[in-house]
Amino acid sequence: MNEPTRTVTLRVNGAPKTLTVPVRKTLADALREDLGLTGTHIGCEHGVCGACTVLLDAKPVRSCLLFAVQAEGHEVTTVEALGTPDRLHPLQQAFRECHALQCGFCTPGFLMTLVAFLEENPTPSRQEIREAIAGNLCRCTGYQHIVDAVERAAQRMRA
Amino acid sequence: MKPPVFQYHDPRTLREALELLRSYGGEAKVLAGGQSLVPLLNLRLVRPKALVDINRIGELDYIEEEDGWVRIGAVARQRTAERSDLVRSRVPLLAQALRWVGHPPIRNRGTVCGSLAHADPAAELGAVAAALDARFVIQNLDHQRVVGPEAFFVTYLTTCLEPDEILVEVRFPTSRPGWSWAFEEVSVRHGDYALAAVAAGVRLEDGRVVDARLAYAGMGPVPVRLQEAEAALLAASSFEGGLKAAAEEAMGRLQPDGDLHASSEFRRHLAAALTRRALRRAYAAMGGVR
Repeated sequence: MNEPTRTVTLRVNGAPKTLTVPVRKTLADALREDLGLTGTHIGCEHGVCGACTVLLDAKPVRSCLLFAVQAEGHEVTTVEALGTPDRLHPLQQAFRECHALQCGFCTPGFLMTLVAFLEENPTPSRQEIREAIAGNLCRCTGYQHIVDAVERAAQRMRA
Repeated sequence: MKPPVFQYHDPRTLREALELLRSYGGEAKVLAGGQSLVPLLNLRLVRPKALVDINRIGELDYIEEEDGWVRIGAVARQRTAERSDLVRSRVPLLAQALRWVGHPPIRNRGTVCGSLAHADPAAELGAVAAALDARFVIQNLDHQRVVGPEAFFVTYLTTCLEPDEILVEVRFPTSRPGWSWAFEEVSVRHGDYALAAVAAGVRLEDGRVVDARLAYAGMGPVPVRLQEAEAALLAASSFEGGLKAAAEEAMGRLQPDGDLHASSEFRRHLAAALTRRALRRAYAAMGGVR
């Protein structure tokens, strides 16, 4: 069987992009392989680990459970849009200060989940933060430092 | 893993989607939110010849009220339903249960109809449909049929949907005055599948329970409504006595399977405890005093 492909036009981190991909290619793979945006990580490839979380029209989604063709006409935001090494996003800054990452593999997914979460809930309790990150797996930190970082970032973003 | 090769179609109308399903003769799958189907594709547990992506069919994206029912179209997202004022005010049990479905990133894509059509017996929405006696609107090219939960849910991951049919809408009856609803669940972590979950409702008159609904997820191959437990609650002379009797019915009659996460016995224990917890909460919300 010939592998069907399609040309897709979408916006990624504010810029228009056009790419031709096999229809079965996930958005996660297209971001990494076709657009070179390797900040989006791929862990489980079945929607459990949360590492591939990106924003689709400003809402967090699993990019391993979405085909690139489905993003036609939509706006995708990846971790590359958050901050720069000189000017980290408050969440990234707080993650660094609070030791909320060790190996860093899960971090982009946490950040994208949390950016949307803090927009909805700028004053979360620790319990609410725990529930917000229940769909993201981290095997290094044990999560306490991540919860600390979210509290700190939330404080700063309110100020 | 990566999904196997498939043909991809994203029709703009329901009619085109139904024509595609018919033309593939059972070898195409409907893609809605993709939160259950895409994992199965990525794990290569399913290998359809084609996907019919219904996400661009605007006529299936609605949540509206009509004649005592809230109608939810096939493309309406779980997160949209969870936040809908209509759902919160008219079908509060559904709004409560949706908070337990996966995680926000899952609910941003996942659809109400898609979860029901996937028919995982541990899924929250099946218990809600059973408790409320929801209606499933099923369509193919030639006709539309409407069935209830007993007909819709056949067994594990299996519904009465034929390969050329789409679950185009689910209808939940709007809550009547006097009713109060509560959804309770135990899962390993928030957002995981339920080890046990209960959808409960009580109707009070003069502080007395005069009607009740109890349905369960995670208690066997399909969602279970337990009318014996409802009857036991109504028959008791006091609310506390009713709680005990309903919980005993749940413990005695439910027949969940055991697995890695929970034995059958533990699941029945949870069902009984959740029955009491949910009924208490529903009762207290109506100003009932124990």
